[in-house]
Amino acid sequence: MLARALRHVPPWTIYIVGALPALWMTYQTLTGTIGIDPVRAIEWGLGLWALRLLIATLCVTPLRWVGLNLMRFRRQLGLVAFAYVVLHFTAWLTIDMGLRWGQILPDLVKRWYIVVGMAALILLVPLAVTSNTAAIRRLGAKGWNRLHKLAYPATILATVHFMMVGKVYTAEVLIYAGILCALLAVRVGRSVLQWRDGA
Amino acid sequence: MTFKTKLRWSDVTPQALFLNRRQIMAGGAALLASPALGKSPYSTDDAPNTFEEISGYNNYYEFGTAKEDPAAYAGALTTTPWTVQVDGMVDKPGTYDLGDLISGMTMEERIYRFRCVEAWSMIIPWQGFQLSALLTKLGVQAGAKYVGFETLVRPEEMPGQQMGILDWPYVEGLRLDEAMHPLTLIATGLYGQPLPNQNGAPIRLVVPWKYGFKNIKAIVRITLTDTQPACTWNKMAPQEYGFYANVNPQVDHPRWSQASERRIGAGLLAGRQDTLMFNGYGDEVASLYAGMDLMANY
Repeated sequence: MLARALRHVPPWTIYIVGALPALWMTYQTLTGTIGIDPVRAIEWGLGLWALRLLIATLCVTPLRWVGLNLMRFRRQLGLVAFAYVVLHFTAWLTIDMGLRWGQILPDLVKRWYIVVGMAALILLVPLAVTSNTAAIRRLGAKGWNRLHKLAYPATILATVHFMMVGKVYTAEVLIYAGILCALLAVRVGRSVLQWRDGA
Repeated sequence: MTFKTKLRWSDVTPQALFLNRRQIMAGGAALLASPALGKSPYSTDDAPNTFEEISGYNNYYEFGTAKEDPAAYAGALTTTPWTVQVDGMVDKPGTYDLGDLISGMTMEERIYRFRCVEAWSMIIPWQGFQLSALLTKLGVQAGAKYVGFETLVRPEEMPGQQMGILDWPYVEGLRLDEAMHPLTLIATGLYGQPLPNQNGAPIRLVVPWKYGFKNIKAIVRITLTDTQPACTWNKMAPQEYGFYANVNPQVDHPRWSQASERRIGAGLLAGRQDTLMFNGYGDEVASLYAGMDLMANY
């Protein structure tokens, strides 16, 4: 029933829904209700939504195995995730670091959690620029699929980045790490089953 | 008889009636306007953060890891009665009622810079007394070299202690000369009122040239010793948090730079400011570390 209802939802709806957290944060910032430290709240919020959306894109395939086909929305989900990654990075450069390049540039190579986060962003760039039908045609389905496997390392790196930022591992961090591990485990499990069955 | 409440600051007074910073400062100033309590030469001229900022943005893992958690949950903490155990190499050991412990101390206001190890900072108008006066009153024995402090453990009122995020109780320590330094304060108040629970009520340590985590809150034990006391964050991650934890822009935290800081309340586009050696208290405290390698003793 859910699947039937979703069939009538145009994919661009994801862009609208995906913009809501950013719009909400903007509203909170403008009304002064985002908290005592708006810089941290914005930077943290954008990063958290980036991670949630990256994980959501990885949910699309396992959900299809159990009968819920969201493939029509995956491109939009991935692009919105990338937008949040870029906004998060921009927030770090501007409102957090205040464009202090003398500190930013060494941080980009010296600080492991920043290196890891940056690596995730870089891996996502080719995915974002090939998230269109023309690119699929140019790369061929096989090549495109292979390229987009980068979504896995990118999401793993993003999760590790999130785990490394804090001073301690909070329940929140461990929940995201747990979800990611579960998503990876079901894929590995399925591959093993397919290999055993000679598929 | 203890009084327990789940009420928070916002429940006590309708928000519209909250005093603004200027009024609180005027009130605090009036309270402190006796001739003996002029502006301390140790106070900074920087404008203090608001009461709402200081009491709403805290690292106090006994109440949770989020900055908002202490303000949300610390209201349930019972701070009266309060006893402090004093032990070790001291002439007058014992279990003191808080009032007895701090009787005779000269209260004063100190407006200090506060620098968190996470690279944010505030300006805080504390009320309190010099730790040196308390230690003198307690009688430090010859041979004592360090002071250790311990925070209350009461998981039923401190929800963070129900989680294994840190090794409870929170412990901290100072070298005796650091503890005796006139800048080192035991704070009991903030903005002319008793310390809010989330800021470490009823008594906490304030060492303004060190990172915030040295400033142990809700102290229940003070120990004079000849061996370096254990410190919670140092035990947890010794490569990241040292015993000294002096603010030092040249010694980075392994995961982030300490060269600059963000002033809370400065606004979205304020950017960063340079972090000062010893948080700007170098003239007063640099001599304590003469000849020491501060890269190794971070």
